Amino acid sequence: MAEEKAQAVIECRSVYKIFGENARKLLEESKGRVDEEEFSKAGCIIGVNNVSLEVHQGEMLVVMGLSGSGKSTLVRCISRLTDATAGEILIDGQDLLKMRNKDLIELRRHKMGMVFQNFALLPHKTVLENIAFPLQVKGVKTADSHGRAREMIELVGLVGREKSFPRELSGGQQQRVGIARSLAVEPDIWFLDEPFSALDPLIRREMQDEFLRLQSLLNKTIVFITHDFDEALRLADRIAIMYHGRVEQIGAPVDIVLNPVTDYVKKFTNEVPRERVLTTASVMEPKQEGQELSEFTVAADVIIEQVAERVLSATKPVAVVDGQGEIIGVLNCKRILHILFGKPS
Amino acid sequence: MVHLPTDRKSIQVALLFIVFAVLVAGKGVMPGWLLTWPASVTLPIAEWLNQALFFLQDEFWKITVIDVEEDLAEETTAVMLISRGVSDALQSSIDVVRNILLGGRKGFALPALPWTAVAGIAFVIGYALQGWRLSLLAGLSVIYLAVFGQWQDSMRTLSLVFVAVPIALVLGLSLGVLAYRYKVVELTLAPLLNVAQSLPHFSYLIPVLVFFGIGDNAGAIATIIFATPPMIRLTLLGLKKVSVEVLESGRMSGCNNLQLLTQVQIPSARHDIMIGVNQVIMQCLAMVVIASFIGASGLGYTLLVMLGSLKIGKALELGISIVLIAIVLDRLSLAWAHKQPDYRADLPFYVRYKYWLAIVGLTLLSIIVSKFFPYAYKIPRSVAITTAPFWDFMVDWVVRNWYSGLQQFRTFLLVEVLIPMRDAYTSLPMVAVFALLMGAGLFLGGVRSALIVGAFFAFIALTGWWNKAMITAYMVSFSVLISVFIGLSIGIIASRRSFTTRYALLICDTLQTFPSFVYLIPVIMLFQVNDVSVLTAVIIYASIPATRYTIEGLRSVPQGLQEAATMSGVSRIQRLFKIELPLALPHIMLGVNQTVIFALFMVIIGAFIGTQDLGQEIMQALSESDMGKGLVLGLCVAFMGLAMDHLINRWALPRKQELGLA
Ligand SMILES: Nc1ncnc2c1ncn2[C@@H]1O[C@H](COP(=O)(O)OP(=O)(O)O)[C@@H](O)[C@H]1O
Ligand SMILES: [Mg+2]
Repeated sequence: MAEEKAQAVIECRSVYKIFGENARKLLEESKGRVDEEEFSKAGCIIGVNNVSLEVHQGEMLVVMGLSGSGKSTLVRCISRLTDATAGEILIDGQDLLKMRNKDLIELRRHKMGMVFQNFALLPHKTVLENIAFPLQVKGVKTADSHGRAREMIELVGLVGREKSFPRELSGGQQQRVGIARSLAVEPDIWFLDEPFSALDPLIRREMQDEFLRLQSLLNKTIVFITHDFDEALRLADRIAIMYHGRVEQIGAPVDIVLNPVTDYVKKFTNEVPRERVLTTASVMEPKQEGQELSEFTVAADVIIEQVAERVLSATKPVAVVDGQGEIIGVLNCKRILHILFGKPS
Repeated sequence: MVHLPTDRKSIQVALLFIVFAVLVAGKGVMPGWLLTWPASVTLPIAEWLNQALFFLQDEFWKITVIDVEEDLAEETTAVMLISRGVSDALQSSIDVVRNILLGGRKGFALPALPWTAVAGIAFVIGYALQGWRLSLLAGLSVIYLAVFGQWQDSMRTLSLVFVAVPIALVLGLSLGVLAYRYKVVELTLAPLLNVAQSLPHFSYLIPVLVFFGIGDNAGAIATIIFATPPMIRLTLLGLKKVSVEVLESGRMSGCNNLQLLTQVQIPSARHDIMIGVNQVIMQCLAMVVIASFIGASGLGYTLLVMLGSLKIGKALELGISIVLIAIVLDRLSLAWAHKQPDYRADLPFYVRYKYWLAIVGLTLLSIIVSKFFPYAYKIPRSVAITTAPFWDFMVDWVVRNWYSGLQQFRTFLLVEVLIPMRDAYTSLPMVAVFALLMGAGLFLGGVRSALIVGAFFAFIALTGWWNKAMITAYMVSFSVLISVFIGLSIGIIASRRSFTTRYALLICDTLQTFPSFVYLIPVIMLFQVNDVSVLTAVIIYASIPATRYTIEGLRSVPQGLQEAATMSGVSRIQRLFKIELPLALPHIMLGVNQTVIFALFMVIIGAFIGTQDLGQEIMQALSESDMGKGLVLGLCVAFMGLAMDHLINRWALPRKQELGLA
């Protein structure tokens, strides 16, 4: 498999972002070892602290962490809305930090899209004009850009609201506009900074479903920020957990829940309903010889939450099968009950 | 044993007054130079300024201009060339606008717009911006100007406004954008803007007079310089307020810097910038009236002439026209500022441009109609209605019936209050004043504040205007005391109910739009020309901010607190004094700050009626074209204002924050 592994779309190598007058000097002196107290004494605030990560084509990386942990700053470094203090950021192998302003603008006009927490729509433009804006900016003719914007409006389900102004829309509708705008230039890389945090829980849920539907259509490379673990679990291919500017752990949701590498991550994952994370394969037991099994089987890669009720109501253990229909293990009630109600180890 | 208050604040206040009292009492034993600044050691800053400016004008960068037609070579300087160019350009713009509004200018063959067309345009604009009420206000006001024989003067005034406003807007917007972009520009402009906005109107006139002479173009230049600072401020404020996310969204959309500025930042800051437009218009109108002192024609000029010959009726009539124009311009520009964009790109042509079509149609109609009915074109003075006799009758009536009463009141005020107060102020030892002010600065804002306030007053002493400044100070303090009392009383009563609040604020808004000069007219009518009339005008004018801030302060007291107080059985009076006023106090103090500034401005304008303070000296500098003296005096006034502003803000802002009201 290793040789097939494509070049990463986004690659960060030891990225730092320290706010403050003489941040760069301080960082050089300390040789990259950032002591928070020392830095804050010197009037510096730590945004991102030695972050290295990769995001691959078509992958959705969810960056998770409490407010102030540096998520937005990290994404702003990757989109170069702010210049990283130190480190290297490669976009498709190109060194982002060495790029000239003109190339950077070109990159944004063709490759990047971003969705903001508070929508950030232009108040003086209609829905249609807001969505067409990134196209207009790069010189696409009005008729073409409006045509493309109409397609986007259809995609996000806002047909009929083209001529409304942002002030006339609900929060959910405004964010649909934000999403449509960020997709108008058909970017490869899609940044979403807490896109649903400003919405009511019910609408948030709806928007997440919508988002998953879009992603299954578009298959973009995504960096998605959230402070809501539930949201991360629903969406992520991989999760990066940030704390005080550092990435504490990065990996598939199951890995993070089952093998937290630091106390902070452990504390964080304690709260997580495990049936929502774990797949049947990760908790099955080996089948014993001559064991009597239920008539139905479950697939190996489903989340336990989805099969829990059926397994619990079955009288006999349930077989777990792989893609070929081979039985690779069994689930029994006791195990499920333990996951649902037992104390995590 | 006597218990004295021992908290730090009381001790500081007590200390301050003890030092002050000791210094005042010790006057007799002090050497002269502690009492007042010795005339022999004043700095001739005015002289230096004059020399520098004349050097600029006459010596700096000499250029020989060759007139090909006349075959003459003329020696001049860059500054002269520039000022002449600017002045010529302005004059031609004024000529164009005047020709449209009044006709008959040299070089233009077109006749003027009929007054009925102007009225029609006013109706349409008012309707387009807000609806019927504004439409009627604007249209009827124009009709009033035509029917009551004010057309000529009003259109002259308006033509100056129409020329000055766009220039001031462009200047203000550009400088605002530069200040936003470059920290250096912002830091350089900040103190200049502070001083510019506290410099009295007259101080702007003198350098303009020296460089540009007298006339409409000079008036326009003074107006532009005066009206630009608020636009810079509001542009900067608006741009700074645009949310970071919106900026980032613009950059992620692929904007370059210019696109970001014109398509994201300025449109997003629209509301603040439009408020700036409103301010520019109002400042322009106020200044155009005052620029009549350097020969700007129009309502202000005629007003000066009428006041000079004590034709009070005529003056009142002119004052009413100015006020009407002020209200209409204010309401129109505010309506424009508050208007949200509409979507109209796909409407049919005649719907999309209906207002423009209406304007063109009405104009054509009125041009045709005026061919047959000349009165629809112009109403000559001879047939125009005048209200002057009525006002004159009123003035006569007041004089006949109230004269002795008013006279007694005036004499009493002068003899018993004003003169003793003035003497007290002028005889204060200088060192005591410094101790009081710098001490207050020290306790409120530390050493830095003490030095700032000290430096402001040191300038006044150093330039030799200490005594005159103390007279200004006495007039301002007297008026501020009374204005604050009036403002508090009206404010407390008006803020009781929401509809009285609304009306009181509306009245404040309206009164505030009047150019300050018109406040002099009614007081001259009541008290003739003397310092009681000046003080009356100052008090009326300065009561506006006092009232407004009191109402705003009391209204901003959180509802929950008021209800909690009522629940716990506190009486209404107790609630007012124990809860509402203390909470509103920081905001009210900001109002006092405004009151001081308003009073200062009006005291200086009052010099026109006759005072003996800094303002009078500025008027004199104006009549002598003494630029240096005028600027130095203007700075003295500005520094007094800025010192008070500094002290009051140091007190009020932290307290507002403490109360969580900032
Ligand atoms: N422009 C800035 N200047 C100074 N400090 C900043 C700036 N932006 C963010 N920070 C600080 O960096 C840290 C990380 O902020 P942020 O990335 O916004 O966190 P998150 O998005 O995870 O809530 C916070 O402590 C924040 O105060
Ligand atoms: Mg954030």
